[in-house]
Amino acid sequence: MTTNTLQGTKQASRQRQIITGIVLFVIALLMFVLFARNTQPGQQATFNLNTGDTSEGTIVIPDLVLPVQPSLYALIAVTVFLAGWQLARGIRSLGLLVGFIAFAFIASFLIWATKDQAFNLVGMMSSSLISATPIALAALCGVISERAAVVNIAIEGIMLLSAQAGVVSATITHNLWVGLIIAILTGGLVAGIHALLVIRFKVDQIISGVAINIFGTGATSFISSRYLERNIDGLNNSGTFANISIPILSKIPILGPVFFQNNIIIYLMIILVVVIHILLFYTPWGLRTRAVGEHPKAADTLGINVYMMRYVNVIIGGMIAGLGGAYFTVGSVGRFDQDMTAGKGFIGLAAMIFGKWTPIGAFASSLIFGFADSIQVKMQILGINIPSEFLQMAPYIVTMIVLTGLIGRAIPPAADGTAYEKQ
Amino acid sequence: MTDNTKNTTEKQKSEQEDKRGSALAENLLVPVLAVLTGLIIGGIVIAISNDASITAWGHFFQNPGAAFKASWDAVATGYGALFSGSLGKPADMIVGIQHYFATGDSKAALKSFYPITESLVTATPYIFAGLAVALGFKGGLFNIGAEGQFYIGALASAYVGYSIIGMPWFFHLPLAILAGAAAGGVWGAIPGILKAKFGAHEVVNTIMMNYVAFRLSDWLLSGPMKSSGFRPVTPNIEASAELPRFFPDPLRFNWGFPLALAVAALVYWFLFKTTLGFEIRAVGANPDAAKYSGMSVVRNIILIMTLSGALAGLAGAAQVLGTDHWVGQGFSAGYGFDSIALALLGKSNPIGVVLAALLFGILRSGATSMQSLAGIPIHIISIIQGLVIIFVAAPAIIRGIYRIRLGHAEETVLTRGWGK
Repeated sequence: MTTNTLQGTKQASRQRQIITGIVLFVIALLMFVLFARNTQPGQQATFNLNTGDTSEGTIVIPDLVLPVQPSLYALIAVTVFLAGWQLARGIRSLGLLVGFIAFAFIASFLIWATKDQAFNLVGMMSSSLISATPIALAALCGVISERAAVVNIAIEGIMLLSAQAGVVSATITHNLWVGLIIAILTGGLVAGIHALLVIRFKVDQIISGVAINIFGTGATSFISSRYLERNIDGLNNSGTFANISIPILSKIPILGPVFFQNNIIIYLMIILVVVIHILLFYTPWGLRTRAVGEHPKAADTLGINVYMMRYVNVIIGGMIAGLGGAYFTVGSVGRFDQDMTAGKGFIGLAAMIFGKWTPIGAFASSLIFGFADSIQVKMQILGINIPSEFLQMAPYIVTMIVLTGLIGRAIPPAADGTAYEKQ
Repeated sequence: MTDNTKNTTEKQKSEQEDKRGSALAENLLVPVLAVLTGLIIGGIVIAISNDASITAWGHFFQNPGAAFKASWDAVATGYGALFSGSLGKPADMIVGIQHYFATGDSKAALKSFYPITESLVTATPYIFAGLAVALGFKGGLFNIGAEGQFYIGALASAYVGYSIIGMPWFFHLPLAILAGAAAGGVWGAIPGILKAKFGAHEVVNTIMMNYVAFRLSDWLLSGPMKSSGFRPVTPNIEASAELPRFFPDPLRFNWGFPLALAVAALVYWFLFKTTLGFEIRAVGANPDAAKYSGMSVVRNIILIMTLSGALAGLAGAAQVLGTDHWVGQGFSAGYGFDSIALALLGKSNPIGVVLAALLFGILRSGATSMQSLAGIPIHIISIIQGLVIIFVAAPAIIRGIYRIRLGHAEETVLTRGWGK
């Protein structure tokens, strides 16, 4: 559908270059108006870089003290410089540019928020990673599925069903690992139903996804009202996975506590990002998947079984979403609450699009969303007077801005969303 | 030459009539069977989740008859509660009317008609919201934002309703209605513009707008729009902004329902009898061809999303001004997603949407009785709805189950990926 004029021709790409440059200038302006203007000279921001862990082997590093105004103006200056460069010459690696701009904006926000106060940066990074986990897993599910050209809107429903199945089985068997495996299998099963509807019955992919979401929300709420709420200890009280500290690595200052002191689900997520990246771009299977997603007819003529590849991809994606569902219950609170996924499935899709359908891009975008999620709690602590509801809106508005493609093109796999008819 | 063309047109005409005949059969038969199958599966769920029935099945080999009877009882009680809660008991109605004619006391009569009027009242926002989604579908757009647009429309019309005091009703009421429609229209236009200008897929954007609407309303209801007191609700709207009710309390049947029917007729006329409606349908059926013949796809997309949002906003306005008279949190409670099921069930045709909305109104208002009388959680309705959508969207399943062989009816293509 050729409604948008901003993707495609060379003239369009020059247009896009200018628009991105202007957007960067606007961001720099925002950084000035929102942050730099509201500071006084001489203010300092203190960032704690330790977790307060005093056990043996912990390296304690001094706090990072930044002078507020000079730091802010430095960040703004760099942003303006990049904006100018983009307008004039165009920056090739748009991904890095976006990453840096995101970093600059978030950094200036934090510096402004922490003026004359102390703020635990490591704690913030750690909770961002934790919040990002379900989003990243949802995004990875989306990546695998859509690389094979099957749109999977049902991630929200899949995560709810897996979360519930996981916690109930874990409670009944008094074994968290059983819960984890059941959750993963449930995800695969529900995704398999989606795949069946979409591939075999040629149901519109979005309708199937919406139907599974409605069904998933209703079924989990039904089971919760009917069974779980009346028998919490017997059915809905599983406990959670404990954090595992990786021996030497967890003692590395800053990175250690953030990356190497988490529970199994978060470790699995990080491993999956790497594994899927390798699988998708460095193995024959990945090549076939991408072929099926870009030009299924050509792939078919080469002898690739398009239907089978799509089934496999969607089901594997579903299992990953099942892991994401497990995070909500056995990985976090140890019980199921109705509608507990709160739209994370959809935000995962946005992260996937922001990350340009790559695992690493999806992971990076999930971190940004995770940051937006976890900053809300800290806002109260920092004494910022923005009503919490507006902060809660932030991830969704960011998603919409991302989808406009103003910040980098968002081109999906070519056959995304279309059913395949074997001729 | 003229003879040949005349013959071919005759043949084409009769072919067309045949197609229309079988299409009607399919359009009517599949949805009806889909709902029926959904209800049957719902019944199975009720039977499985019923305590008495489970214990009876435990003793199956001693007393098989009791097991079946227990299950049947569970289902019968459940669906019985559904019908009595949504349509009322005819016996009560007759007694009530007799009593009224005998003594002039209308209380019993009114009470007996409460269920069926409540079903109509519940169906009213469904009609509007279903029209909203159906209009989107006709234009090839997926408006999942009906929920958020509903909410925003409700808040806007509530605001006009309670903040303007002393205005006569023939200004106040239309103003409040317009405010709801306009607010919903704006809420729909935003994803529409993003889609038209940037190709951003409206599915994710409308879902995001939903969440933004929820958070915005959370803030409004606990701050600027909160009435005095502890509950996060708006003040009651002025009497001059209310959609008048037909009968005295406790019946809440109001002008919202006739308004909904009128709007449905209006949408039908617009879609099928005007040039603009034709353009919208053309863009929905084949955007490239539409563009080639000179229609502005960009303008039409924005128009469709705005109108769709306005209709959903009207749903909220009708609910506030006619039924509730105030807005609280959790106000919309699933109307948005339900309306997707509605539009699919009604095949995006306004007449079908009205019929499907009546059905959903009955199901929904009956579900509350199911919960209070038979102890079945209200969420059973979502389960049934999800199943109905799947059955309608994959007619092959219904055809397989019931061994029907019908012609190939027209399917609207909805997905084109994330926007190209």
